Amino acid sequence: MTWEIVIGLEVHTQLSTDTKIFSGASTKFGAEPNTQADAVSLALPGVLPVLNRGAVERAIKFGLATGAHIAPRSVFARKNYFYPDLPKGYQISQMDLPVVGQGAITIQVEPLSGNAKPYEKTVRLTRAHLEEDAGKSVHGSALSGVAGLGIAGLAVVGKPLVDEYRDLTRLTGIDLNRAGTPLLEIVSEPDMRSAAEAVAYAKALHSLVRWIGICDGNMQEGSFRCDVNVSVRKPGQPLGTRREIKNLNSFKFMQQAIDYEVQWQIDTIENGGKVQQATILFNPDTGETRAMRSKEDAHDYRYFPDPDLLPLEISPEWIAEVRNTMPELPQAKQARYVGELGLSAYDASILTSSREMADFFEAALKACFPSPDRRGEKLCANWIIGEISAQLNRDGLDMAQCPISAQQLGGMLARIADGTISNSGAKEVFRTMWAEGGDADAIIEARGLKQVSDSGAIEALVDEIIAGNAEKVAEYRSGKDKLFGFFVGLAMKASKGKANPAQLNDILKKKLAA
Amino acid sequence: MINATLKQLGDALRAKQISSVELTQLYLDRIARLNPELNAYVTLNPETSLAQARAADARFAAGTAEALTGIPIAQKDIFCAKGWLTTCGSRMLHNFVSPYDAHVISQFNNAGAINLGKTNMDEFAMGSSNETSYFGPVKNPWDVSRVPGGSSGGTAAAVAARLCAAATGTDTGGSIRQPAALCGISGLKPTYGTVSRYGMIAFASSLDQAGPMGRSAEDLALLLNTMVGFDERDSTSLQRDKEDYARDLAKPLNGLRIGLPKEFFAEGLGSDVAQAVEAAIAEYKKLGATVVDISLPNTRLSIPVYYVLAPAEASSNLSRFDGVRYGYRAPEYTDLADMYEKSRAQGFGAEVKRRIMIGTYVLSHGYYDAYYLQAQKIRRLIAQDFVEAFKQCDVIMGPTSPSTAFKLGEKGDDPVQMYLSDIYTIAVNLAGLPGMSIPAGFGANNMPVGLQIIGNYFDEARMLNVAHQYQLATDWHSRAPQAL
Repeated sequence: MTWEIVIGLEVHTQLSTDTKIFSGASTKFGAEPNTQADAVSLALPGVLPVLNRGAVERAIKFGLATGAHIAPRSVFARKNYFYPDLPKGYQISQMDLPVVGQGAITIQVEPLSGNAKPYEKTVRLTRAHLEEDAGKSVHGSALSGVAGLGIAGLAVVGKPLVDEYRDLTRLTGIDLNRAGTPLLEIVSEPDMRSAAEAVAYAKALHSLVRWIGICDGNMQEGSFRCDVNVSVRKPGQPLGTRREIKNLNSFKFMQQAIDYEVQWQIDTIENGGKVQQATILFNPDTGETRAMRSKEDAHDYRYFPDPDLLPLEISPEWIAEVRNTMPELPQAKQARYVGELGLSAYDASILTSSREMADFFEAALKACFPSPDRRGEKLCANWIIGEISAQLNRDGLDMAQCPISAQQLGGMLARIADGTISNSGAKEVFRTMWAEGGDADAIIEARGLKQVSDSGAIEALVDEIIAGNAEKVAEYRSGKDKLFGFFVGLAMKASKGKANPAQLNDILKKKLAA
Repeated sequence: MINATLKQLGDALRAKQISSVELTQLYLDRIARLNPELNAYVTLNPETSLAQARAADARFAAGTAEALTGIPIAQKDIFCAKGWLTTCGSRMLHNFVSPYDAHVISQFNNAGAINLGKTNMDEFAMGSSNETSYFGPVKNPWDVSRVPGGSSGGTAAAVAARLCAAATGTDTGGSIRQPAALCGISGLKPTYGTVSRYGMIAFASSLDQAGPMGRSAEDLALLLNTMVGFDERDSTSLQRDKEDYARDLAKPLNGLRIGLPKEFFAEGLGSDVAQAVEAAIAEYKKLGATVVDISLPNTRLSIPVYYVLAPAEASSNLSRFDGVRYGYRAPEYTDLADMYEKSRAQGFGAEVKRRIMIGTYVLSHGYYDAYYLQAQKIRRLIAQDFVEAFKQCDVIMGPTSPSTAFKLGEKGDDPVQMYLSDIYTIAVNLAGLPGMSIPAGFGANNMPVGLQIIGNYFDEARMLNVAHQYQLATDWHSRAPQAL
């Protein structure tokens, strides 16, 4: 009997507010250490937290987007533990009563290997709660690059900074810029059964939080961090003991970490061992996981309701207000693309795989065909799914970095649709646009890509070809239909590729038949 | 001048009979003379105080003075004041100079009052005798061998000894009312949420409340007018219309219904205190009040409930004092854990450590339900007792503390005995109600006795009226310690 893999995720998404969750300090990434640490971030004596409504609104958006229960009353609790980058000695989080309750997300799973087909799956969400991020500890030699050490308010844990301890490897610096950044921790049920499903879920979540504009999704900067709970069992058996892989910040690492961990757990059990509950880290250099702490040294966080904050009350009116600011969600958009625009389900799902892609599609469509036109929609979809995606892939760019704007693309598509340029001409326009910029009309003009649609000119050209290839014409007329392509080729060559292909076909057919 | 009311001082300043600089200097001179013995102040900043006085005098000249402009006020050292050492009575913060002003401090600054100095207190406001201060005990101006009460002991002694015109305190379980009683002054703890806690170093957030301490109810009303005000920096600050707490001072007390909880006059109450309180009630009857016997059946649980909840919150509130960013750090340590342990072991005193340990224990996994949650439930029952009681009466009266001021060191080894000195005050904090203490004569050894007045939520104006009418009829509040 094979093993069944059971995976659940806890994802920390950094909410895209300008200021911190409990103070007015900036959340901007990358500032000099401690320049965004105000009195509250520093946990000076006597300061108090004041909840940022923007963070709550983002949590409400997430609840609405996942069809989840939004708690009319939720409670902030203190999670107590000592660490130098946790300035209050406790983190304000939510425990018993989270702001967002049970919801669900539908994901598209593309199996990682074999010939298995893509499939759809619904992952249940247990909860999502608001909390504050901690600061950062900067250890040892990493400190050497830090500006203003010991001067710019960078607290140092270790021996006092006297000359004999200029040896930075003995010190730890604390940067509290990130302390108090709002997080929404999204917890799933253990519904995933493979690394592929886990990655598909993480990607879907990543896409959704960016789609609804609550998180910038920047994984390098830590805006989207995944903890993955993994266990294995024989099908039908109760859940196995799980180990939690902490802080994965890339989908590739997530897959590698899960693959390694699953194999490790299976090997452990098959060799007669037992999996112990533990928190583990993935090392991308070795591709291995390693235990950080076991259940025995788990903290007792001594959660209790934070007496400095009133329970968070969310009225139906507030929810309605937030609902009005929600963008059309991917699934609704997909249905509309199929139902109203006549796109295939496949095209619709790709175009709605990210907010940027859908926005690009809609803007290009608008620029191309100000009034609805079926042919145009398919053309627009094809170009985005085809050329644009391929080129982005090749250049390692994402949609937001696309060198061609939706308006530029739309302008070019309009020229295809009205017959000004041929498909091959369009490809040249596209290449030029990508490399050099410029709008379609200017490129067509400069490169002389306008098709010949003057039927007199095409007729003259065809007459010349028929006259110069009497032998082939005779063969064709005696039934060798395949030669038609040969004539098209000659005609195109003669027109330097500019003849309108449809027109050329018509005229050729007519004249050859004569 | 040192016996004048705040209103009289304001009038004198306005009439240019005295300048704020002269008045401030007068108090600074008294402090220089008397504080070495009393230890009521821990930090003075004469230059800053006098600079504020000059600015106040300029406001009088410009005609922009307010009720408290130019008046020297002492601030409990629990309030962060920009540029001032703010120690909270602890070695942990012995070197902490606040970079910002607490709400209470800015309110007084904006009113043009003078910050005369920071007063001594029990460490992190944990204590009932002011003996837990890192800076040594405060002595009771009525008898320097006795305690002034706590935790606002420095403030109470400074007011009683005329070392300031008035002062601030904070009250988590009785820390304004009990020292007010023991030092023979008036003190008011407002309804929870009335005065912003921003910048007030937290002991137990759900109980802490700042309030005024002074020599009369009339003075307290003026102080409260300045201290109160919605503050968006404190999420528990209540948004209410501005009110004048002095508006009802002159109202007669005809028909006032005074509730006397039988639990406040039971075993444990000193007979001298009982006599003084009964005499005060008799005086109220003369003023037209009627007396109703009431019961607050869950009062007996208030001390155990308080000593679960307050330490629980404190254990977490005091976690920020870790030696990493400010305050005390042990000079020698081997690693991070050692730095935490040594800094906190050396930085905190015994009582603070005791409460951190109790609090940590009651919040621990497996004990939380039995202690913390249970205590929260009883807290609601205690509050409900008062709701029932106020259906029958307008104010509740009783003793503030079971005894008059005890000797320094007398209860030092017995925390439970010490905790019992707040037996009548704690329930008020648990319910979030306003409570005050006013002088009501003298008990054994000629030490002051305090009468406690408990009002319904937001009923401070009525309580001040009730206290003021008594102070018009008696002169206990204007007695001063003879030795000084």
